[in-house]
Amino acid sequence: MPNSNDTTFRNATIAVLVENEAGILARVVGLFSGRGYNIESLTVAPVDDNRRLSRITIVTSGTDMVIEQIKAQLDRLVPVHKVSDLTLEGPHLAREMMLVKVVGKGENRMEALRLADAFRARVVDATTESLVFEMTGAGDKLDAFIDLMRPIGLKEVSRTGVVAIARGASGLA
Amino acid sequence: MSATLQTQTEARTMTGAEIVLQALKDQGVEVIFGYPGGAVLPLYDALFQQNAIRHILVRHEQAAVHAAEGYARSTGKVGVVLVTSGPGATNAVTGLVDALMDSIPVICLTGQVPTHLIGNDAFQEADTTGITRPATKHNYLVKDIARLAGTVHEAFYVAKSGRPGPVVIDLPKDILIGKGPYAEAPQAPHRSYRPQTEPDAQMIRDAVALLKGAKRPVVYAGGGVINAGPEASRLLTEFVRMTGMPCTNTLMGLGAYPSTDPQFLGMLGMHGTYEANLAMHGCDVMLNIGARFDDRVTGRLNAFSPHSKKIHADIDPSSINKNVKVDVAIVGDAGRVLAALIEAWKAEAAQQDKAALAEWWRQIDAWREKRCLSYVQQGSIIKPQHAVRRLYEITREMGRDTFITTEVGQHQMWAAQYFGFEQPNRWMTSGGLGTMGYGLPAAMGVQIAHPDALVIDIAGEASILMNIQEMGTLAQYRLPVKVFILNNEYMGMVRQWQELLHGSRYSESYSAALPDFVKLAESFHAKGIRVTRAEELDAGIREMLAHPGPVIADIAVAKDENCFPMIPSGAAHNEMILAPGQTGGVAGVTDEGKVLV
Repeated sequence: MPNSNDTTFRNATIAVLVENEAGILARVVGLFSGRGYNIESLTVAPVDDNRRLSRITIVTSGTDMVIEQIKAQLDRLVPVHKVSDLTLEGPHLAREMMLVKVVGKGENRMEALRLADAFRARVVDATTESLVFEMTGAGDKLDAFIDLMRPIGLKEVSRTGVVAIARGASGLA
Repeated sequence: MSATLQTQTEARTMTGAEIVLQALKDQGVEVIFGYPGGAVLPLYDALFQQNAIRHILVRHEQAAVHAAEGYARSTGKVGVVLVTSGPGATNAVTGLVDALMDSIPVICLTGQVPTHLIGNDAFQEADTTGITRPATKHNYLVKDIARLAGTVHEAFYVAKSGRPGPVVIDLPKDILIGKGPYAEAPQAPHRSYRPQTEPDAQMIRDAVALLKGAKRPVVYAGGGVINAGPEASRLLTEFVRMTGMPCTNTLMGLGAYPSTDPQFLGMLGMHGTYEANLAMHGCDVMLNIGARFDDRVTGRLNAFSPHSKKIHADIDPSSINKNVKVDVAIVGDAGRVLAALIEAWKAEAAQQDKAALAEWWRQIDAWREKRCLSYVQQGSIIKPQHAVRRLYEITREMGRDTFITTEVGQHQMWAAQYFGFEQPNRWMTSGGLGTMGYGLPAAMGVQIAHPDALVIDIAGEASILMNIQEMGTLAQYRLPVKVFILNNEYMGMVRQWQELLHGSRYSESYSAALPDFVKLAESFHAKGIRVTRAEELDAGIREMLAHPGPVIADIAVAKDENCFPMIPSGAAHNEMILAPGQTGGVAGVTDEGKVLV
């Protein structure tokens, strides 16, 4: 039957190996906005200088049919080498990094440090009235840490979005 | 010896403009359609100093792209466009999107301000790669002359491989003036873009198994068959005939299957035939080759062909399972798919259910009895359907190779319904984007490619005015294009929708203050003919066809004629509206349907 019955949404973490060239990110982002797909997070960086490759990790959501469309649309972009649906293809690791600035003195400061220790967040900058924590982990762990910092004196958050890789011996390249 | 070598090396160092032209020549380009301007002057200077490539000067950049489309669609080659920066590039955008939607291979070279001025809001600067990114299959901004030749070669590969489409190469002026090395087209495969053309053997076997077991099969073929080359159309015909199945074509696919063949059901979709649409609705196995389940074809999706198993063969994997979920997905070139289907059909031992197929044909013949395209021509007022039909019959009598282009609207649908095509590449119309103003420049491109053929733009009086300036191009190059205007003094399709959906409130759809098309033709050094009475129609058509130069034939037709059959927006195939006087399922338009276009 046609797609109108297919309404179950799922999340997908998609890894895309692309030529590291001008405009490639605009092509990918333009594809998502132009066709009305969701982007929950997107990260990009060069991963292979010799072969001029970058890797884009996109977290998106949609029905199975929409996610299949997203992958097919990405795959037909000329500078795209490979598209992999990590969510569908088996177990994978997904991590985010963030920097969190907390402002406060006295007991609040001590509480922030204790919680950071429990969450294995590192202090990477400190003044007498502020701390910057660096932390990596799954998105929900980062969310939990931010929630705890909020009443203590959360000032600013900078997050990278998800990077992901499949478990086991197989690789994308 | 070393001196010779050195000369050869030196000879391969050229200006950017020369590199571009050399690459075009190496790609087999004979003609380009363009319009000069400041940023592309170096290219025009290089063009001036050579004879291998002919330049056709259009009157508007949009027309250059449509002309290149007409050239490409009638030859199977890549069409090439040259425009300047800024407005030259932005004017070309409509043509580029048109080519993108209809999968037409076009290379558009755009001038750009010199690299050191990019981003400075310089005179005639536009962010061409930014603007055309969603308007093209791919685009390039060349910032390093060492990569110029390779980029042009790659652009041709991209434009014609896989699902064809338009490619823009943005050329800053300093790159065109500077000197650099020339490189031949690379032999190595492309680094990342390698579309699959060979179908998967298992999928072919699955498709044949379904088709052999079918009791009510239908073949639905689209523009992908045309794009795969004339051999694909021949294979389609062979396959349909050997299997005894009914075949329908999309608007883009007309000519892929001969229209006079008894197994042809006509066009399907919104203004398709009763028999084609009901066959799609009632079939038990559907074979879609090179079409994309477009909304103009499917009607309401959740009522589209509800009882069929669907096989979809397409070169673009993103077309499969986009609108309609299918049972067998075949990725590949339409010609390769058809060849594989024919081979597998012969190899498969299972027999067709011939009795069921005969019963299916009896049903289809009953639908044909409805004669959904019949019309009554009486009195002096010319029915537009009659005008197209007579044009078709008279050109057939003459036996000349005939190419038809159209503008967009009612006349386009009547042309699709009443003009028959026996061969591919003879029918050029703006299907996906629906661009008014497409037909005249497209006809120019066709006539350039086929100087001795009969090329007719079937037009409406509103559409033709959108690129009427191209009459000047016809005059300059003595292109004997015939413009056949069905003049009902309305934007007919808009008027039809207003009548059916908006209480006959004809808001802004009347073509007021029309020009005298005869004088207009004459002022552009062409012949003008006006026909107002049915008795004079044949003579008018013959006069138009007999004239050796360009002609505008202004045919005054019935003002209130509507285009039927029609599947209203949001309705299903079995809810077609037929012409008054024909009985059939009549559906109103639902509120849901009203929001659709």
